[in-house]
Amino acid sequence: MMRKSFVLAAAAVTVAFAGAAEARDQIRIVGSSTVFPFSTAVAEAFGKSTKFKTPVVESTGSGGGMKLFCAGIGVNHPDITNASRRIKKSEFEKCTKAGIGITEVKVGFDGIVLGSSKKSRPMSLTKAQIFLALAHKVPQNGKLIDNPYKNWSDIDKNLPKTKIEVLGPPPTSGTRDAFVELAMEGGCKALPAAKALGLKKKKCHAIREDGAFIEAGENDNLIVQKLEANPAAVGIFGFSFLDQNSDKIQGARVDGVQPTFDNIASGKYAVSRSLFFYVKQQHVGTIPGIKEYVNEFTSEKAWGPDGYLVDKGLIPLPDADRKKIMTSARGLQALSM
Amino acid sequence: MTDDPATILTAYKPDLTKARISKRYAAEKRFRMYGLSAIGVAVLVLAILLITIAGTGYSAFQQTHIAIDVNFDKESIDPQGTNDPGVLAEANYRGIARQSIRHAFPEVTGRRDQRNLFRLFSGEIDFQVRNMVLDDPSIIGTTQRVWLKAAADIDMLTKGFIDRSLPEGDRRVNDQSLTWYDKLDRDDRVKKRFNTTFFTTADSREPEQAGILGAVVGSALTLLVTLVLVFPIGVAAAVYLEEFAPHNKWTDIIEVNINNLAAVPSIVFGLLGLAVFLNFFGLPRSAPLVGGMVLGLMTLPTIIIAGRSALKAVPPSIREAALGIGASRMQTVTHHVLPLAMPGMLTGTIIGMAQALGETAPLLMIGMVAFIVDVPGGITDAATVLPVQIFLWADAPERAFVERTSAAIMVLLAFLIAMNLAAILLRKKFERRW
Repeated sequence: MMRKSFVLAAAAVTVAFAGAAEARDQIRIVGSSTVFPFSTAVAEAFGKSTKFKTPVVESTGSGGGMKLFCAGIGVNHPDITNASRRIKKSEFEKCTKAGIGITEVKVGFDGIVLGSSKKSRPMSLTKAQIFLALAHKVPQNGKLIDNPYKNWSDIDKNLPKTKIEVLGPPPTSGTRDAFVELAMEGGCKALPAAKALGLKKKKCHAIREDGAFIEAGENDNLIVQKLEANPAAVGIFGFSFLDQNSDKIQGARVDGVQPTFDNIASGKYAVSRSLFFYVKQQHVGTIPGIKEYVNEFTSEKAWGPDGYLVDKGLIPLPDADRKKIMTSARGLQALSM
Repeated sequence: MTDDPATILTAYKPDLTKARISKRYAAEKRFRMYGLSAIGVAVLVLAILLITIAGTGYSAFQQTHIAIDVNFDKESIDPQGTNDPGVLAEANYRGIARQSIRHAFPEVTGRRDQRNLFRLFSGEIDFQVRNMVLDDPSIIGTTQRVWLKAAADIDMLTKGFIDRSLPEGDRRVNDQSLTWYDKLDRDDRVKKRFNTTFFTTADSREPEQAGILGAVVGSALTLLVTLVLVFPIGVAAAVYLEEFAPHNKWTDIIEVNINNLAAVPSIVFGLLGLAVFLNFFGLPRSAPLVGGMVLGLMTLPTIIIAGRSALKAVPPSIREAALGIGASRMQTVTHHVLPLAMPGMLTGTIIGMAQALGETAPLLMIGMVAFIVDVPGGITDAATVLPVQIFLWADAPERAFVERTSAAIMVLLAFLIAMNLAAILLRKKFERRW
């Protein structure tokens, strides 16, 4: 009796194995954790309003998503990958090698905010000050030395007389990539002394490791909670978390610009990046619903200025860009680099 | 010289003075106090943990609803009066719900204002109204007071998580909405009700529509696969190693390896699952089948070790007696030793399962950390599990997910406690002592 049921169970498992390799009727999306909240919102609306199954969205990080996406064509590989940065040349080549045709869709902007608790005085920083506060090595008297600044007021007397204590994402995070690229590199450029010492581009990306910058994990909520507990600290996180917690957290001005919805949308607030997703053209028509998903994402009710993604914290593209990208996305225009 | 026996004897004589004895008692007392304070610290920390979780989580079991007189207009639902479910399902319930809300606030006219007004309610109210009609078509043509689900921000307001004293720009709920809310509240049309959604739906991006059923079913399917795979293999391995295997170098190596495997970090099993099950065998990503197999590999050593110690606890006299009256070795094992060892083996299995239930790291690698809206229907459907759901909600920006995170932790803890309780009861009931 016992033996018979074992055989049956084994047979059932074999059948399940065989069945699993067959076609898939559900879109699979991987990629950036920053785009995840928007992608999932679209997936849910798409599942509710069409006859297709709701897509499965995985949060793997931009780089991890690209790796999975470019691995090949077929039901075992994802159809769409989200990215909080543009696809890299190396990734594009890997995709092309695997025979994958890509359509790029730029969906909107995300601001990176330096926030602190409402209990503290609002801060106003320049990019150069951000660089001086966080860089591993800073120029002083014509030499590069280990970052000596302990308090914000050491950098500029007008800044508060509190310890430099910045909570930010780890190097694996796309937010960190964008932050070092936009704020640190921008700060570098603004400092003639740094330029004279050969600090430019990637060399500006090194962040100090003496405890003033604290890696607080990928979870932005955790950073927000820690800021509440410690009003002297400053945190680095995405705009949607400022938007959702505006009763407790305030954003610092960067180069005199407040991180607000309008300022990021108009491009005045400089520490902001574009968000993308990439579609595997070979899967369109094989996996049902990909075209419709792209249509849903690029519809005004989703990514428009009054769309539901704005409620989730996405900052929409300007009207003209939206129209242009909508036509190229819906026509599945191939990306070339 | 002190060589004579008398002095040697006195040197070894115990010191029985009063001071020495009271010192020994004091030492023992201190030792007990250390132990007691260690337990005290552990209990205190546990209590703090549980209180924080329960304190933040309990409010998620309630959800704010707003009463609106909904006019189930016959003209817009079923003008022909067919009562055909197909016709009823297709009607414009969004329009009906919105019309009724507008009716409750006739003074709100601008398009933008009306949009803000509708934002007081969940996006799910269309489905709520629709389901009412489908359940009972006789309400068509009547006007009923319906408790419509409120939006997550309004829910937070009712639960007191939104500070009204802050300036308008810093609040998630603006002054206009507050006025409307207060009017509804004065009319007794705002009420917190039990949050059934939390237990009947899977994940959603809207906190008020999110539930844990998808994760619970996913966990159940995953554990089922784990159990089916691991229990027979674990028991067979334990029985062979304990009862039949010769004691030589090879069995020693196997034993050492099993003990080592039990201590391998779980993420390693995830990487193995990715390389073998997904990349080599081409099994589907995010499926409970693969999750169960990975967790099975992870718990197998635990179960083998528990099974072996359960077999060791069966006294040799039982085996000798069975062999003595002519039973074969297999009969000895299946008729006598295994039944006696079974309670211990089951306890080990349940504890291994509880460990697998709380695991997220290996599932990260095989794609079970995903947003999945549909409740999984089988072991090859995409699914997520309870701890992963907690992880995903903890990362969501919306305030209302904070309490849901804690509530999901409470559900997970309830399952873990139930499983461990089952293990204890099983042991109490069937364990035999010799």
